[in-house]
Amino acid sequence: MANLATGTAPKKLSRRNASLGDRIFDTLNIIFLCLLMVVTLYPFLNTLALSLNRAMDSIRGGIYIWPRDVSLENYKYVFQQSTIFHATLISILRLVIGSITTVFCSAMVAYTISREDFVLRKFITIAFVLTAYVNPGLIPNYLNIRDLGLIDSFWVYIWPGLIGVFNLILIRSFIDGLPDSILESGRIDGAGEFRTFFSIVLPLCLPVLATVALFTAVYQWNSWLDVFLYNSSNIKLSTLQYELQKILQNSSASSSAASAFSNPDAAANAVTPLAVRATMTIVASVPMILMYPFLQKYFVKGMMVGGVKG
Amino acid sequence: MDSNIESETSSMTSDQKPTGLKLFFKKLVQQRMLVLMSVPFLVWLFLFKYLPLWGWTTAFQKYRPAKSFSEQEWVGFDQFTFLFHDERFMRVLRNTLAQSGINLVLGFVTAIILALLLNELRGVLFKRVVQTVTYMPHFLSWVVAAGIIQATLAPDGIINVLMIKLGMIEKGQEILFLGIPEDFWTILGLGTVWKDLGWNTIVYLAAMATIDPAQYEAAEMDGAGRFRRMWNVTLPGIKSVIVVLLILNIGNLMESGFEAQYLLKNGMNIDYSENIDIFVLTYGINQSNFSLAVAAGMFKSLVSIVLLFIANNIAKRAGESRLF
Repeated sequence: MANLATGTAPKKLSRRNASLGDRIFDTLNIIFLCLLMVVTLYPFLNTLALSLNRAMDSIRGGIYIWPRDVSLENYKYVFQQSTIFHATLISILRLVIGSITTVFCSAMVAYTISREDFVLRKFITIAFVLTAYVNPGLIPNYLNIRDLGLIDSFWVYIWPGLIGVFNLILIRSFIDGLPDSILESGRIDGAGEFRTFFSIVLPLCLPVLATVALFTAVYQWNSWLDVFLYNSSNIKLSTLQYELQKILQNSSASSSAASAFSNPDAAANAVTPLAVRATMTIVASVPMILMYPFLQKYFVKGMMVGGVKG
Repeated sequence: MDSNIESETSSMTSDQKPTGLKLFFKKLVQQRMLVLMSVPFLVWLFLFKYLPLWGWTTAFQKYRPAKSFSEQEWVGFDQFTFLFHDERFMRVLRNTLAQSGINLVLGFVTAIILALLLNELRGVLFKRVVQTVTYMPHFLSWVVAAGIIQATLAPDGIINVLMIKLGMIEKGQEILFLGIPEDFWTILGLGTVWKDLGWNTIVYLAAMATIDPAQYEAAEMDGAGRFRRMWNVTLPGIKSVIVVLLILNIGNLMESGFEAQYLLKNGMNIDYSENIDIFVLTYGINQSNFSLAVAAGMFKSLVSIVLLFIANNIAKRAGESRLF
C-alpha cells in the first residue's frame, strides 16, 4: 500500500552504466520539476508576502515572495471586522459539526450494509449507489431545500451532504476487511448491535474514519455555493469562503483592484483592497495548509482505495 | 432435461413465495436493531436525493413559485424549444463544450507527462518533495484559487511584471488578461492545470508502480533508451487506466465545472465564460425562471448519459477495458 500511495516504482535500474544521455535527461528532468514547483508555489507565497506586508508599502509594488515592511496590521484589520470574525466562527462550526455527523452517520450505515445476513443490505446499497449516477441538478435541489424549509438555516450546511456514496463504500470495504472473529466475539458475548457498533466497530475503524473526517473537513471548509444559494440574505450564517468570494467579485467588477473597496474605515486603518484580499485568501486557506500533512497521507490512500473499488 | 429442472425450480419458488415473505418479515423483526440503525438514513436519502427529482416536472410547466402543483400551467416541450432557438443558450453550449474539451486535453496531457517524469526520478526524497508541492493547490478552495489566479493575471501581477522585464511589453501597456474574452478558455485551462496537475498524477503513478520491473530490464537489455522505455513500457502499462479515465471524462464533457468559471468571469469575458451551469444559475436563482433553468439542466444530464454510453461503446469496440 505504501508503495501504491507514493507511486514509487519498485524498479532498480542499474546506476553504473548510466550513459551521458541518461545523465543529461536526469538533470533536465530535475531542473524542469524545480521550475514546476516554483510556478506552483510562487502565486501562493506572493499572496502570503502581501498579507504580511504593510499595506501602504505594498502599493509601491515590488513585493515578490518576501515581505519588505513586515506587519500584522492587515490581519488585525480583517479580524476586527465583525462580519469576518463571525464568518470564521461559522466556518469552523460547519467544519466540526459536519465532519462529526458525516463520520458517525456514514459509519452506522456502512456497518449495517457490511452485515451479510441483513435483509435490507442489498436494497440500501443500491439505493445509495444509484444517487451517484442520478443528479437532480441545481434548481430541483434548490426547490427541494426550499420546500423542506432549510433556507436561512445553519443545517442546510449539514443535511444535504450528510452521507456520500464514496465515503460509504470506503468505510464498508474497511469493515469487510476486519477479521470476522472480532465481530463474532462481541455477538457471542450477547452484545446488541448498538453495543457492537460503538464498542467494537467504531474503535477498529479509526483509520478509515480519519480519512472520511478529512474528506469532509475539506469539503465543509471550502464550500461557498450553498451559502450563496441558501443563506446569502442572512449575514449571520455567512462563511469565510463566501466573504472572500464577495470581496473577489467586487474587485473583479472593476479593472483595477485598488478602486473597488467600498468600506470607509479601510482607508483610516491604512489597509488597501489588495492587502485585504491577500489576507483573506491566506486566512481562508490556513486550516487546509495546517491539515495538509495529514491530508496528503490519508487522501492519497483514500483515492487509491476508492479508485480500486470504484 | 434442462426444461425439467426449470419447471421444478419455478414450481418450488412459487410454493415458497408466501413463506419467503414471511421469512423476510420474521428476519426484519429479528434484525430490528439493524433496521433502526439504517432506516432513518433511508428516509434522509429519499428526502435529499430522490425527492428533488420531482423538480424535473417544472421543465414541462410554466412554473410560478406562488402557485401549488395542481395550479401550474403545463406547456409540454415549450421550454426546450425556446432553449434551442435562443442565441444565448447556443453560445453557452459552445462555451461548455470548448471549456471542458480544452480542460480534458490539457489535463490529460500534462498529468501523464508529469507522471512519466516523476516515474523517471531516481531519488525518492526529491520525488516526495515534488509530489507534496504539486498536490497542495488541490486542497485550496476554488475561491482561494480564483483569488490567486486573478492576482497573478492582474495588471500589476507577476505575469505582466515578467513581460515588462523581458521587454515583451512597455511599462504602462500592462495587459488585463481576464478582460480579453478570447483568452478566457486558455486561462481557465491553465488555472485548472495549476490547481489539479499534481493531484491528477496519483492514479497514473499508482498504475506505473504495478508495472513489472523485468519489463524495464528487458527493454534496457535490448538497448532501449529512456524515451523508448517510456513509450514502449510505461505508457502501454498505464493504457487501461488512461482509457477508463478518458471514458469517465468524456461522459463529463457537459460538466465543464461551475466554480472556476463563476469566480473568474466578469462583464468583459462573459461571452466566453458563461457555461450551462452559470446559465442555469442566472435564470433559475437570479431571475426566478425555474422552468427554463431546469430544462437546461435536464438537457445537460441527458447529453451526459448519452456521451457516457457512446464513449463506453467505443472503448468496447477497441477491445479496451470499459466501465460497464
